[in-house]
Amino acid sequence: MSVVLELRNVHRTHGVGAAAVHALRGVSLAVRAGELVAVMGPSGSGKSTLLALAGGLDRPTGGDVLVEGEPLGVLGARELARLRRRRIGYVFQDLNLLGSLTAVENVALPLELDGVGLRAARRAALAALDEVGVAGLGDRFPDQMSGGQQQRVAIARALVGERRLVLADEPTGALDSQTGEAVLQLLRRRVDAGAAGVLVTHEARHAGWADRVVFLRDGDLVDSTAPLIGVEQLLSGSGR
Amino acid sequence: MSIRHGLLALLERGQMYGYQLRAAFEESTGSTWPLNIGQVYTTLARLERDGLVRSLPESEAGQRPYEITDAGRADLTLWFATPISRADRPRDELSIKLALALTTPGVDVRAVVQTQRSATMRALQELTRLKYASDKPEDLPWRLVLDAMLFQAEAEVRWLDHCETSLVRYRPAPGRPTGHPEAVDRTDEAARR
Repeated sequence: MSVVLELRNVHRTHGVGAAAVHALRGVSLAVRAGELVAVMGPSGSGKSTLLALAGGLDRPTGGDVLVEGEPLGVLGARELARLRRRRIGYVFQDLNLLGSLTAVENVALPLELDGVGLRAARRAALAALDEVGVAGLGDRFPDQMSGGQQQRVAIARALVGERRLVLADEPTGALDSQTGEAVLQLLRRRVDAGAAGVLVTHEARHAGWADRVVFLRDGDLVDSTAPLIGVEQLLSGSGR
Repeated sequence: MSIRHGLLALLERGQMYGYQLRAAFEESTGSTWPLNIGQVYTTLARLERDGLVRSLPESEAGQRPYEITDAGRADLTLWFATPISRADRPRDELSIKLALALTTPGVDVRAVVQTQRSATMRALQELTRLKYASDKPEDLPWRLVLDAMLFQAEAEVRWLDHCETSLVRYRPAPGRPTGHPEAVDRTDEAARR
């Protein structure tokens, strides 16, 4: 399967000199189509930084991030925004649904921003809501839905269209375990259908849904549950 | 749990012979606990000796079915009514290993933690995959067995995370082995405690 997301020796440093904080120190990672990779590690190990860089929400201070072979570093702000809308889906703990829009409008929004016609965008949004099992709630506003339903809408928004890369940061948030499991099942299904997925979590139970689990510690990738090709520092950095 | 009570529970459904019992046992534990036929017959012989089951005449095919007795039923009822004592479980090798790693010179404790976490996480992935594939209503008993294993694996990873956090803050008392060879090169120092 083709590589959808690739991080090549990525560094992210905040600040300079003695005050510099190294959030990531030379991380390399490749995620293929049909593969779900979970990123685990203690607080402050660089998990969320890795996800923000993978999604083009932040830029590395060293190394390259490539999405479907395209290096994000050479893209201007406008091109980057378009790539994010078209190819990358985000699911965050904080749902970020717009309260003044209905479920279907929330899901259709990224498509409309991308120039898709109103009717086509609505049709795609309804299909995405159907995929996550809330087809009947399209006309409800966020505050008329339960937490679990809102999270499903947020996932529909991440999956709508042809997104080939889905990035999730603690996507089950404060949901109960059954609802949380349903959310992961949706993510798994989309990945099985050919997307690449990255799931940041501190819950082992959630990481269990991944094909591969990588462990971050102090900005380094120190271990993985399956051998990674071409990531030599993985084993040399683990002290074993 | 003993194989004894497992077989009694299966015989409570109706009479069965050895191979049927083995198949039913493995089915209800999703083959996570494979039994060989010898274990089944040895256990049946002991149950019969203790009056908890009785053997019936052989069928024409040469299979000897067994049935549960009233005493067996009482034993089974007692088993279901009694909680499993934590003291009856085998000692936890992992916690003992980590405790020893911490006090043994030259051992990289963080590496021990990470090696185990990776292996347990791998098991968790396998279990999740199995559970995801077992979504039919009749899979419920098997799913519950899987859930138990999932929760145990999850607890182990959480405990390992906790160990790692504790290790970061760990400052051994002066003269105490730390896992770094240079700190414990004097064996008499270790022997003092």
